[in-house]
Amino acid sequence: MKDKLYEYLLMLGDNSMVLGHRLSELCGHGPSLETDIALTNISLDLFGQVRSYFQYAAEIKGGDVTEDSIAFLRFDRDYRNVILVEQPNEDFAHVIGRQFLFDAFHLPLLEQLMESNDEMIAAIAAKSIKECRYHLRFSSSWVKRLGDGTMESKIKMQSAMNHFFPFVSELFRETSIEKEMKELGVGADLKMIKEVFDEKVKEVFFESTLEIPQSSSRQTNGKTGIHTEQMGFILAELQYMQRAYPNMQW
Amino acid sequence: MNSTQNKNIQDLLREVTDPEIPVLSIMDMGVVRDVEVNGKSVLIKITPTYSGCPAMDTIATDIKLKLDEAGYDTTVKLILSPAWTTDWITKKGRAELEKYGIAAPLDETSDKHALIDGKRIVKCTNCGSTNTKMVSQFGSTACKALFQCEDCLEPFDYFKCLK
Repeated sequence: MKDKLYEYLLMLGDNSMVLGHRLSELCGHGPSLETDIALTNISLDLFGQVRSYFQYAAEIKGGDVTEDSIAFLRFDRDYRNVILVEQPNEDFAHVIGRQFLFDAFHLPLLEQLMESNDEMIAAIAAKSIKECRYHLRFSSSWVKRLGDGTMESKIKMQSAMNHFFPFVSELFRETSIEKEMKELGVGADLKMIKEVFDEKVKEVFFESTLEIPQSSSRQTNGKTGIHTEQMGFILAELQYMQRAYPNMQW
Repeated sequence: MNSTQNKNIQDLLREVTDPEIPVLSIMDMGVVRDVEVNGKSVLIKITPTYSGCPAMDTIATDIKLKLDEAGYDTTVKLILSPAWTTDWITKKGRAELEKYGIAAPLDETSDKHALIDGKRIVKCTNCGSTNTKMVSQFGSTACKALFQCEDCLEPFDYFKCLK
């Protein structure tokens, strides 16, 4: 049970960490000052949530494990994030598309986790959801602005969504750990989250005059540790300090 | 705990400020949730404003330094539940914010009108006009949005409502 809860916390934390890392890459590179600040603020929120999940996970694991060792000293196969969040930034439409799809999933996820009978998970979710509402507001307003903007922005937004949609199904494909956590009342019910997600996507795509891609889904398994090559590049940068200077602290 | 000691600790905590908003004491910000005193050992429970707020570590260190200096043996614990809300900023804290040039948070409904519908209701901290527009929903820190006054042209921060 303890091991499974630990794994579940990694699933929750790794999504936020890898997406937070992708957003941090934009620090100083955002298309405008305001979007730059917004994206890095969202990154900061996500990393704050990661710290809460990993501090809790370290407590469960015990021994020498710390939030830092969880974040920086695992190999790619040990990360439990979905493939969607490791997708590269490419252009602003990609950044926004990835963010919107994740936020639309993240908000109903946190809504359910607030009711978790694990008190710590419920507390982290109750804290995070307030921040996540701002994230979803930001990303959906940009999807609409780009989708219903110029010919150029519409093409870019649609093409980003076409790229990301095959990765969406993984969010809702239940792993054995998620199933067990759901049955114990600790974790969320992905089926219920999907209903809320689909509704939100429909609403925002309609207002954006975008088409919901009908592409087939890919059999991705980030949640069980099977990642794309992107993960290697992410970890090379993310883990550089700890690998080069073992045990260094801020 | 005797009441003189309690008052002493409260006074000391009032001297600890948010490093990013130095006019605002952590007591007026509402991040101190509980104080437990047992002889000379003190346990202070604080809650973060935003999960990733980098000020929290500094605040925890500052509390410990301040109280240890006064002869206490201090432990600071971070608690997440119940989650912080802007409703916990005291009246005095709101006034300090305004004086410092940060518009204090509106109630939940007005906040939504200001941030989503672009309603001109946030008061300029410089001239008091409500003829202001939102420049960015995210400002210099996670807790603020950036506004500009259309009358005196002054840019200013607005402390977002967090419920």
